[in-house]
Amino acid sequence: MTQPFRLDDGGRIDRAAVVHFRFDGRAYTGHPGDTLASALLANGVHLVGRSFKYHRPRGVLSAGSEEPNALVTVDRGGGRIAPNLRATQVELYDGLNATSQNRFPSLRWDFGAAAGWFGPLLSAGFYYKTFLWPPSFWALFYEPAIRAAAGLGRAPVVADPDCYTQQYTHCEVLIVGAGPAGIAAALAAASTGARVMICDEQTELGGSLLSETTATIDGKPAATWLAESLDSLRGRVTLLPRTTAFGWYPDNMIGLVERLTDHLPTPEADQPRERLWLVRARQVILATGAIERPLVFPNNDRPGTLLADAARSYATRWAVAPGRAVAIATNDDSAYRAAIDLQRAKVEIVAILDQRRRPGPIADIARAAGLIVRAGARVEGSVGRKRIAALRVANGQGTIDCDALLMSGGWTPTVHLFSQSRGKLRFDPVLGVYLPDVSPARVRCAGACSGVFDLTGCLDSGYAAGEASVPRTFVLDGVAALGASLPPEAAPAHPLAFVDFQNDVTTNDLSVAAQEGFGAIEHLKRYTTTGMATDQGKTSNLNALATVAGLTGRALPEVGLTTFRPPYTPVTFGTLAGPARGALFEPIRHAPMHDWAVAQGAVFEDVGTWKRARYFPQPGETMREAVSRECLAVRNACGILDASTLGKIEVVGPDAAAFLDRIYAVNVGSLPVGRCRYGLLLGEDGFVRDDGVIARLAADRFHVTTTTGGAAWVLHHLEDYLQTEFPELRVWLTSTTEHWATIALQGPHSRSILEALTDDANLREMPHMSVCEARVAGIPARIFRVSFTGEAGFEIAVPAGQARLVWDALIATGTPTPYGTEAMHVLRAEKGFFIVGQETDGTVIPDDLGFGRVGRGKRDFVGKRSLQRPDMLRPDRRQLVGLLTEDPADVPEEGAQVVLDGVGIGHVTSAYFSATLGRSIALALLAGGRARIGEGASIPAKDGSVAVRIVAPVFHDPDGQRLDSHITRLARRPAVLPDPAPRATTRLIVRAPASALGAIGLALGVLLGTVANRAVRARERAALWLGPDEWLVMGDFQLDERVIGLAHGASLVDVSDRFETIELADADAAWRLNGFCALDLAPHTFPVGMCTRTLFGKAEIVLWRTGMTVFRIEVGRSFAGYVRACLAGADRGFGQDTGGN
Amino acid sequence: MLLIPCPWCGPRPENEFHYGGEAGIVRPVDPAAVDDAAWAAYLYHRTNPKGLHRERWRHQFGCGRFFNATRDTVTDQITGTAKP
Repeated sequence: MTQPFRLDDGGRIDRAAVVHFRFDGRAYTGHPGDTLASALLANGVHLVGRSFKYHRPRGVLSAGSEEPNALVTVDRGGGRIAPNLRATQVELYDGLNATSQNRFPSLRWDFGAAAGWFGPLLSAGFYYKTFLWPPSFWALFYEPAIRAAAGLGRAPVVADPDCYTQQYTHCEVLIVGAGPAGIAAALAAASTGARVMICDEQTELGGSLLSETTATIDGKPAATWLAESLDSLRGRVTLLPRTTAFGWYPDNMIGLVERLTDHLPTPEADQPRERLWLVRARQVILATGAIERPLVFPNNDRPGTLLADAARSYATRWAVAPGRAVAIATNDDSAYRAAIDLQRAKVEIVAILDQRRRPGPIADIARAAGLIVRAGARVEGSVGRKRIAALRVANGQGTIDCDALLMSGGWTPTVHLFSQSRGKLRFDPVLGVYLPDVSPARVRCAGACSGVFDLTGCLDSGYAAGEASVPRTFVLDGVAALGASLPPEAAPAHPLAFVDFQNDVTTNDLSVAAQEGFGAIEHLKRYTTTGMATDQGKTSNLNALATVAGLTGRALPEVGLTTFRPPYTPVTFGTLAGPARGALFEPIRHAPMHDWAVAQGAVFEDVGTWKRARYFPQPGETMREAVSRECLAVRNACGILDASTLGKIEVVGPDAAAFLDRIYAVNVGSLPVGRCRYGLLLGEDGFVRDDGVIARLAADRFHVTTTTGGAAWVLHHLEDYLQTEFPELRVWLTSTTEHWATIALQGPHSRSILEALTDDANLREMPHMSVCEARVAGIPARIFRVSFTGEAGFEIAVPAGQARLVWDALIATGTPTPYGTEAMHVLRAEKGFFIVGQETDGTVIPDDLGFGRVGRGKRDFVGKRSLQRPDMLRPDRRQLVGLLTEDPADVPEEGAQVVLDGVGIGHVTSAYFSATLGRSIALALLAGGRARIGEGASIPAKDGSVAVRIVAPVFHDPDGQRLDSHITRLARRPAVLPDPAPRATTRLIVRAPASALGAIGLALGVLLGTVANRAVRARERAALWLGPDEWLVMGDFQLDERVIGLAHGASLVDVSDRFETIELADADAAWRLNGFCALDLAPHTFPVGMCTRTLFGKAEIVLWRTGMTVFRIEVGRSFAGYVRACLAGADRGFGQDTGGN
Repeated sequence: MLLIPCPWCGPRPENEFHYGGEAGIVRPVDPAAVDDAAWAAYLYHRTNPKGLHRERWRHQFGCGRFFNATRDTVTDQITGTAKP
């Protein structure tokens, strides 16, 4: 016979359909609507797990997320393995394959159960006491053995193949828990027209109403009332079943996890498994209910022992009898409700043992129904092996045969989220439990979590919490009045009286710990592990507190309370990671010539979030061969490098030079127009943070470069000083990193090659460190005569959208050799040029790098004063030197220590094989290094130490003669120069004082609005407010922005190629954006015309709502791929279906 | 995630902001005239109070402006912000 314990009628299961599943390899059947726990109980399976420490046989205790015993592993195949799932929450589907945990070789015959024989030896803190000697055995033997013996499910060993999604959302009211209080609150809140969300961890919304068979609400059976209420909410309220509110984060942000596919027999291929909701709620209503407590007596953990109300739910909701002869032990009225409902379902109740001498009126109702009630009787123990067979009544009042024991020790309000909101709890001496008191957060509690246990009270308090404009009361019938339960009481010490089922903590353990002086509850928790593990003591904490109070002679509230921390129930890592995995983990930024480099077979390396071409191997070449070839090409002819990742900032304004003078450790004021200067950027503490070239394009306009990795930070640093220290300076900053692509053309042939492509620049008149603006291959460009290689060379900045045309034209001259970042590194090391982050580590000052003259002048700049601190003047500071190995073929490891007379004096910062010199070279930071030049030292290595000689850090052309060494070589001018396509959109960043806005607006033909985060449109032009002195102006301009800027003392910078535009125009646009953007995009909070800079995942964007369902994103061009990929992910079957049930 | 009230843009999620340390640390007008101890204090000494703390934030992924906020370091509540 299948499902022998299934009741003949009733329940919310679909009896017409049969579901097949396996547990520990055995086939069983159930019905749709079952949980794994209810289906196992229907099949008479009570033994479902082995306990954590003693491997005791355990059965289903509860019917909800508080379950401590029935933990299973579900294997869906293909690496989809989830351990430690609560069988009480696992929904049954056809083909479900679940296994029990923590047993070997099988659940019924478990070797580990031998641990139970030694139970008395394994008491609190046993592993700290027993396995002390010898100490070396701890790591080798004791710990691995203990860990193998005690445990939960096994973590999967392969990467999680499922995908996960996340959603930011905002609402006025979030209701947690959809029992009677939550539903009533939703009815009230929905009537106000506010955005309301309600979530519940169960499959169906309804909470205790789902187990209610006798009550009527407003004249309707509870189930009918529930269905009608949900119908009326659908469409007005976001209904989220299978959704657990797991954590409360600052400012009413609640984390929800919605299970999307775990209940489906065969989810679609890339359907996300779970959705992480990050809900910002103006008001949170907690209707989280309460959890029934077990009674604590010896052998209270035998399979067949259930919480009374859980058994009631199994009978009424799932039509499952917990046994054939059921005994009930209680100190609480609610167990009578279970007894009466079970009796109505034709389950035999053999006795009700009530610890109270004078039970409430409900006992009389039970007696009238023919039930045997023994007042003042308590359970002293149970009999049986893998299933309870009988219980012993205390004081020698005999034994009672039974195959199920239902217990109720009263109810503990679920205050976890309230406590996480920094809410204070108060101890209620009548109920003997902690209740919500006050919270600094906007939170209200209703129903059982606030200590209101009767159905009428739950509905009324829920409706009140929902703050409807019209008051309402509910008319109830068929509900037995419940009296108060006894406060939790101390249970006597016994080695088999379990307080915490999941961690196998007994009253004996608590007693031992208390005797050893562990009085503070936080200490006691960690020593005994009570309240730890996956259930976090949901059923055990209050019993533990009561027992400790009794043991130490204190009142319960004096014992204190352990902290409630997220998550409420375990959350899988995949959900927390969400879509930020693989290609979406972080933006992968590609430089403008990336596709060309890919086609050339380049090998790439990560530089920050950029992919940069490291070298270009030709067929059969090793890395060293390729890099050597590239280096020699630069030294002897010409190399070409995509240097676009360098940061660029346009510094504009009458006080631009004065500002840069205060920021960079170089004199900018004296820099003539058309010339460049190399500058170090220091922190105020004097340490080198960045470096770059400052090029003066006009008296009031500079093009400043930064390192690749430092670009964002440098702009932030400059804004900091400009806004907060030097606000009187009239100067503005605009990032042009993404607008300009930079092509480095380096080597003695570089001038000849460039000359072939430019007619309007006299390159021969350009000295080293100069700049001019000219057309290269017909494209307007900035030509910098600079060198990071020591050779004569140029860096050509061209708008990124046209960079490929210029690059291709340069390549088409037939002579430049593409080189990558590795050759770039070798070439600069040969010249002793340092790299920020490689030779510097945040503790290096200019003098350490050989820039001793920095800071000697009168002018003040950021960081200068710190260079005079005593520590900065020590002669033994680590200084940059060169190293030459005795064996020229030896290339030391970067980071290797350098040793002199057995003492470490510094480390190698860079080391390469130099093809130019035909030997290895290295740079190092050595204590007092410059004074040691000429001396020897050694580098310890795996196979003996390497002898080195300390030398000056410049290995090649120390006099810099090659900087002006041009070789004239006829370069091929491409027959047809590319024809640049006209720009679709011109984009300007305007930074201007309020006084200039009107005039600039007139000149641009679009008003620069002063309302924050609003765009102004004028025909095809638009000005987006980005900040109080910053606008992004877009349109069909053909104008000279410099003339306008100069005329009005403002900064206009062309950034047309910095951004790409992505438009979203569909009804789901806001929803898709909220997958990655945390703003509230509802039409009333983000109306049409609103614009702002914000974050989309890990990319900065400008978001502009141009229509009710139309959003325009302006995104930095190297981030566009990332944003598109995120949006594509948001498209992939992540539909917005929140109709619930 | 904190909701930080930007004086220009209104309340915005924390991930748009960049913390800027204690507010009111004024850079000496003439650093060269400041002795080593005073300079070290300017560089490194901060009050680190338990309770109300005046601190700088920048709405980096927003309007880009620095502003001062008063935050309770015990409760993380921001009680007020002001344009500089």
